[in-house]
Amino acid sequence: MKPRQSSFWKVFGLPAAIGALCAVGLFSALLGDGLWDAVSWLGLGIPSVVAVRGLVPRR
Amino acid sequence: MKSKTIRRWSLVHTWSSLICTVFLLMLAVTGLPLIFHHEIEHPLGDAAEFRNMPADTPQLDLQQLVEKAQAHSPGEVVQYFAWDEDEPNGVVTIMAPTPGTEPNASHTFMLDARTGEALETPAANGGFMMVMRRLHVDMYAGLPGKLLLASMGLLFVVAIISGVVLYLPFMRRLKFATVRQDKSPRLRWLDLHNLIGVVTLVWALTVGVTGVIAACADLIIAAWRNDSLGAMVEPYRNAAPLAQLAPATRLLDIARDVAPDMEPSFIAFPGTLFSSAHHYGVFMKGSTHLTSHLLTPVLIDASTLEVTAVAERPWYMDLMSLSLPLHFGDYGGRPMQIFWATLDVLTIIVLGSGVYLWIVRRRATRRSTVDMEAVS
Repeated sequence: MKPRQSSFWKVFGLPAAIGALCAVGLFSALLGDGLWDAVSWLGLGIPSVVAVRGLVPRR
Repeated sequence: MKSKTIRRWSLVHTWSSLICTVFLLMLAVTGLPLIFHHEIEHPLGDAAEFRNMPADTPQLDLQQLVEKAQAHSPGEVVQYFAWDEDEPNGVVTIMAPTPGTEPNASHTFMLDARTGEALETPAANGGFMMVMRRLHVDMYAGLPGKLLLASMGLLFVVAIISGVVLYLPFMRRLKFATVRQDKSPRLRWLDLHNLIGVVTLVWALTVGVTGVIAACADLIIAAWRNDSLGAMVEPYRNAAPLAQLAPATRLLDIARDVAPDMEPSFIAFPGTLFSSAHHYGVFMKGSTHLTSHLLTPVLIDASTLEVTAVAERPWYMDLMSLSLPLHFGDYGGRPMQIFWATLDVLTIIVLGSGVYLWIVRRRATRRSTVDMEAVS
């Protein structure tokens, strides 16, 4: 079972981290302004940037 | 994962997405201008422009505002007064021929709280933004339209979950964010579909689920009326209809006395969806950031002006109230709106590439069956 486990986290590790950040961001702006908003911009900004970078053709 | 399991999940993903895609595309497209509705309404001249007056200009009392509203729009009655943090000098006023008139047929405008001058806000009553809003909310089909969109939202959630399951076998041999550009357009769009789908996952699930909750608002409000409001106004069940309402002048003071540390959000006049035939409903919001989304109704007898009840908030009303900001993306300033729009466009790309991939694969399998028939 070991190799399966590692392939799970190899595939889902980064997406899970991005997803967790996004969830923190969605929630944080509900709690306050200023720094709380900035956390939400980071949480929503990272998935946006990663996705847009994929769309831009390289070379 | 066994190939049979993968085929099953793939079937779930294909059909749950295909059925909801047309509706989701419509929702994503109409939702885009709605994210910026404040910004769009101002240049269109659809938003109220307030006169410059000294900062300490006193405001009229509520009964005076009721009279100004009635003078502005004779033949209509006030259904709601609402307060907007962005416009401390304005009172959003909603009027209609009768208190019970359905929301889409009512007339919304702003009153200048200092002068009682009425400022029309055409965008709230018709025009481009209203078309976007109605398409987005119920496709002009009322409750059945809302429930259809809610079920499409649920299918969207199924599509997202099955998509995540399928992500594993597709990506097992690829590094995260790999987009194969040189092989074929199909592979490029498959990789993009997977990449964009997985990084927008949490946002799409949040907006999807909160959208389903918002689409069920009519049912949630009906449950509240039956359940919580019904019990509070039980003693009034056989009371004669009111011939005249007690003046609204002191409603906010009365509500503040029983709900200290809270701010007014809106007042529902007697006979509307958010009040009873014998009560003013003053909805108070919390004063912290989080609780400002949660509303506590204070029911005030519309003939004696005595407080009948400070209603507790049932969990489903709180759930609905907290869902709305998470659906609109209006709680984190301009950068949040921009990311909200970006993620919305990215969702459109995921939906579009999904349809493209389905068509390409179908064509490929059909061609191979035709080849086989030609051989045999």
